[in-house]
Amino acid sequence: MSKSTAYKVPIGPIHPSLEEPMTFNFEIAGERIQSVDLAPGDNHRGIEFMGRNRNIVQIIYLAERICGICSASHPFAFCRAVENAAGIEVPPRAEYIRVIIAELERIHSHILWAGVAAHELGFDSVLYLSWKVREEVMDLLEIITGNRVNYGMFMIGGVRRDITEQQIPRIRKTIEYYKDVYQKLEDVFLDDPSIAVRTKNVGVLTYEDALRLASVGPTTRASGVKKDVRQDQPYSAYADLDIKAITPDIHTGEVNGDVYDRIIVRVLEVLQSVQIVEYCLNHLPEGEILSEPKIAKLLANLKKAKGEGVGRHEAPRGEVIHYVKLNELENPEVWKARAPTYNNLMSWVPMLQNQEVADIPIVIASIDPCIGCMDRVTLTDSETYKQQVLTREELRQLSIEKTRRMLK
Amino acid sequence: MSGGSIIIFVLKIFAALVIAIFGIVLGLFCKGIDRKLAAMMQSRVGPPIRQPFLDFFKLMIKENIVPDNAVPWIFNGAPILALVSTISILFYIPFGPIPALLGNSGDLILIAYLLAIPAIALVAGGFSSGSTYASIGAQREMVLMMSYELPLVTIIITLGWRLNLAYPGLKVFSLAALSANPIWGLVGPLGFIGALLLLFTLVIVTPAELSIVPFDIPEAETELAGGVLVEYSGRNLALFQLTNAVKMVVMAALTVALFFPYNIAPLFSLSGALASVIDTLFFFVKLIVVIFFEATFIRVAVARLKIDQASVVYLIFLSAIGLLGLLFIAMDYII
Repeated sequence: MSKSTAYKVPIGPIHPSLEEPMTFNFEIAGERIQSVDLAPGDNHRGIEFMGRNRNIVQIIYLAERICGICSASHPFAFCRAVENAAGIEVPPRAEYIRVIIAELERIHSHILWAGVAAHELGFDSVLYLSWKVREEVMDLLEIITGNRVNYGMFMIGGVRRDITEQQIPRIRKTIEYYKDVYQKLEDVFLDDPSIAVRTKNVGVLTYEDALRLASVGPTTRASGVKKDVRQDQPYSAYADLDIKAITPDIHTGEVNGDVYDRIIVRVLEVLQSVQIVEYCLNHLPEGEILSEPKIAKLLANLKKAKGEGVGRHEAPRGEVIHYVKLNELENPEVWKARAPTYNNLMSWVPMLQNQEVADIPIVIASIDPCIGCMDRVTLTDSETYKQQVLTREELRQLSIEKTRRMLK
Repeated sequence: MSGGSIIIFVLKIFAALVIAIFGIVLGLFCKGIDRKLAAMMQSRVGPPIRQPFLDFFKLMIKENIVPDNAVPWIFNGAPILALVSTISILFYIPFGPIPALLGNSGDLILIAYLLAIPAIALVAGGFSSGSTYASIGAQREMVLMMSYELPLVTIIITLGWRLNLAYPGLKVFSLAALSANPIWGLVGPLGFIGALLLLFTLVIVTPAELSIVPFDIPEAETELAGGVLVEYSGRNLALFQLTNAVKMVVMAALTVALFFPYNIAPLFSLSGALASVIDTLFFFVKLIVVIFFEATFIRVAVARLKIDQASVVYLIFLSAIGLLGLLFIAMDYII
């Protein structure tokens, strides 16, 4: 079909296929997508700005609320950044508990995503099935941390709650449950013909594009890039484990980089996470869970600290990075969070090129976008409420100006 | 016009009203059962069976919005056209032992045409509502309609043709004749397989007629936010929902009349009024069983297809299965 017959279809900011506000401007000819223009910026909450007006311990509370699903990943990365900047050692037991929480979060996040993906395909039975399966890990998280969603578990220099002897049998029960149910998940998602027919060769991201666009997490692993922070730069208790990045060829023997491959990666990662939790539980060291239990003293120490710190963590959606700059103040001078969706955003463009309208929801969902995590900047005129888009050149110019200002 | 025929005329109008109301109530009731069964299969509680009625009353008191760039007379006319044409099919379908109201003046071919009208109304309503989503939905509805017509017509032609071979004198396309002589009794083993294939074809055509998963492509909530229905609200949307509910009854009743017209009363050697009551109840049981297999079971078991995939399913695979059924029945007759 010729270009002249193309018409514009906006998807978003509010649309049933989107979990969070974000705008996609499509140009469509017939049922084929000719081009797509992404317009984020509808979900900016100024969390980093709020953080600069609070002390470090209060920021943990904020960091947890950057995203409702990565509510262990963001504080994990943030705590590691502060510990990196202030030179705080974390006790080994706390490292293991952190990893257990982070992996339980991965299990719940991936199963939640699987349900959402099935819903986008119009397969609601699988949505209900997978969310029912997810309840088990949510219950366990509530038992361990006291909360289902925002766990409130992380603290600078350790964790806030210990895993007690009484809780261990309950955790083992969940591990057994997921080992039992895993085969069912694999059957439902990987062997179902109606899911395969909608996801195979849909939304392909090639190996080259995945590298070029620096995508992260399951999105990039599904394209065959063996990229995983837990494998590449082991940290925390992950250093004791031998973690291999999961790519779809483990299951099928080939890498296509399509939506189906992203399902494979996530389903396999559920099992990997279960194994990690089991290992950590078996090798849980004894000892303290906090390097400095007195929060007032911890804050006083942090007030004396000066330096920069970077914390990285492999969140369920990919690598999350937090950057903190401490300058002998009560509040951090800079706090920057970079969520995995930010990296994966641009991989939508090659994925959506030449796809059909019917593929839009599943392709958008396939990178497991978290707009709330990702929206870090919006340019708005406070008088006219008009939003503005900066080109790369303008952005570079602004960065240069800011660096010069800071050097003065 | 003589006095007697006027009375019959008035009675027929009265009967038509009763059938229309009864059809709507039965349709909504079947929708409720369908939703409850689907919920049970998805391990949820699900809404109460009266939920479709509550939805209907709620929609009737809601504001009826007509978009500025819509064509009002088509936009408002489409739901009425769809509902009227669907209800009028009820006049030609026998409900178990109760004969069709207009059974003598219309046949299966008329029903096939009437079945197409709600889809056409939906397309017209979609295009006239002035929304991009609705336009895409209307295009898809057209493609889908053109795809499932051929398998549907194959079933009708085959059944009529086979009946004509057995009883050349009959009005072979009349539903009364077809349900008095079900296909299973007319054919041998090979034809039996052919008839099974035709039944399968009808079962797969039904989800598209009712626009439910996997063939709810024109509405596709997660893609098009309701597609053809995206701009409809209030009374107009309620009418479309009624259309859908009645169509569910129509498709199930059609399946029962063509393939399962058997009655239970002769088994217990009943007769008279009791037999009619028992057979009517048995008909409703059959109706719900058919709805379970034609609609509920299919929609919880699979994902939505894309429009090109759905076209291939209907135009190639299902047409092939329908024609294979025809071939088997023909071979059965020749041998």
